[in-house]
Amino acid sequence: MSDLRDLYQEVILDHSKKPRNFGPLDHANHEAKGHNPLCGDRVTVFLDLDDAGMVKDVHFQGSGCAISMASASLMTELVKGKTVDDAKALFEQFHALVTGETDAPLTASADDMDRLEPLTGVREFPMRVKCATLAWHTFIAALDGKRDPVVTE
Amino acid sequence: MSTPGMNTKPALPNFDVEALRRDFPILAREINGKPLVFLDSAASAQKPRVVLESLRKTYEEEYANVHRGVYWLSATATKNYENVRKKLKTFFNAKDEREFVFTKGTTEGINLVAQSWGRAFLKAGDEVLITGLEHHSNIVPWQMLRDQIGIKLVVAPIDRNGNLIWEAFEKLLSAKTKLVAVAQVSNALGTILPIQDIVRAGHAVGAKVLIDAAQGAPHMRTDLQALDADFYAFSGHKLYGPTGTGALWGKKELLDAMPPWQGGGDMIKSVSFEKTDYADVPAKFEAGTPNIADVIAMGAAIDYLSALPWDAIEAHEADVLAYGTSLLKAIPGLRLIGEADHKAGVMSFVLEGVHPHDIGTILDQDGVSVRAGNHCAEPVMEFFGVPGTARASLGMYSTRAEMDALAAAIRKVQEIFA
Repeated sequence: MSDLRDLYQEVILDHSKKPRNFGPLDHANHEAKGHNPLCGDRVTVFLDLDDAGMVKDVHFQGSGCAISMASASLMTELVKGKTVDDAKALFEQFHALVTGETDAPLTASADDMDRLEPLTGVREFPMRVKCATLAWHTFIAALDGKRDPVVTE
Repeated sequence: MSTPGMNTKPALPNFDVEALRRDFPILAREINGKPLVFLDSAASAQKPRVVLESLRKTYEEEYANVHRGVYWLSATATKNYENVRKKLKTFFNAKDEREFVFTKGTTEGINLVAQSWGRAFLKAGDEVLITGLEHHSNIVPWQMLRDQIGIKLVVAPIDRNGNLIWEAFEKLLSAKTKLVAVAQVSNALGTILPIQDIVRAGHAVGAKVLIDAAQGAPHMRTDLQALDADFYAFSGHKLYGPTGTGALWGKKELLDAMPPWQGGGDMIKSVSFEKTDYADVPAKFEAGTPNIADVIAMGAAIDYLSALPWDAIEAHEADVLAYGTSLLKAIPGLRLIGEADHKAGVMSFVLEGVHPHDIGTILDQDGVSVRAGNHCAEPVMEFFGVPGTARASLGMYSTRAEMDALAAAIRKVQEIFA
């Protein structure tokens, strides 16, 4: 049970039940869809990116497991106000964190990484890493203006 | 054909499920320090020791390519391989063992019918009638054929309990219907379809009838001569045999008239650069070196199943299903998906406020292995308005105690998400 409580921490359950920045974004100028055909998770990420390359606003919409919903919700809180480069750097750091690549150099802020710490439980559940990263991959696709849906499985 | 859901025979006293479980080595193992509670037999069943022993024996003592050599090993492997057709003929009471074409599973069998029979004998505007319960493997091959030659795919609806709506099904049958292709048992919901009635109704309008028996064959005995369908496709690995095995049964006159679908060695009589004479069935449909050892081991599974008291097994499975269903229905916030009048082997469910994937992960911590997702049946999920379900599916080795473990683990899920 200890492993399960690591995976389903209060922060995760809270964000999955009450996802932040959930729903479409009227003034979005970037948008991408993500899909995990294995478990059926679907997510759409909406971005309002300003001319200076800063994420002015970000929303997501979709359905999925507690891990994917919480990860998407936390992501929207963290990337809002960041430049594209900083947001991508955070994603790299997050990806290393959940896949267990502990020797990756720390480039993101310690505060941000503390916020993402509750998601590290997925390291013990390799089948669930895709759940935690789907929204992030979709966010990157939205940044890059990709038209094809992101597919992970 | 006998249908377990439709009779109420009491479990026979001579059936000892614990003794049967000892035939399956994997069932003795633990997962996460807990006894394995394997509830995913609808995806693939576990294997009895005789199947593993058969694989070992073939590779250690009797292995060579088949249909080739004049030497003893090849002749022995050929005899063992071809003998499996005889075993299938007896098990399914078919007329002729040559009516069984070995495939790597149900999916390949259905694709073979679509690409060989369908392309040769169907034309634009002809209708293929399926049901709203089908697995992707009995949807996509027909969509591919539709895109290739312009057939029309027609879907008979189901009701909120997961029953085929018979009146609607009958209305969709017409002279345009050339093939009715239906599951014997739904993989996502466990609904047992009335295939005997479907065969009769299909034949009445001049259609051929294909049965997707992937989920049916493991749960009930089927008499192919009595059923009188035209094609019957099943998977060996769901029937307690190795992966990569299965067979397509077809009426001999249909198979004889069908063109080959893959070319190569083993499926020809003679080849020159101008012309090839194809072999007779079933070799015509088995191009290339087949899955020799696994097919022989599927034969060992058939031997094993043939020696079992099926009346008792069907009664036992029905009892475990009914018991498990009653436990699940008593859990507040749990919704069973699929409560058809006649069911076999499957309990699909959703929990209020918990995604199926999270259910699967938490159950696994207690050694309870269930499938979570759309079960390769997205249209079924859409019909019920759920992204997916958790699915507990049974084999003949499943027990009431495992249903208790399942219910206890589900309550733990609810505690975590409370």
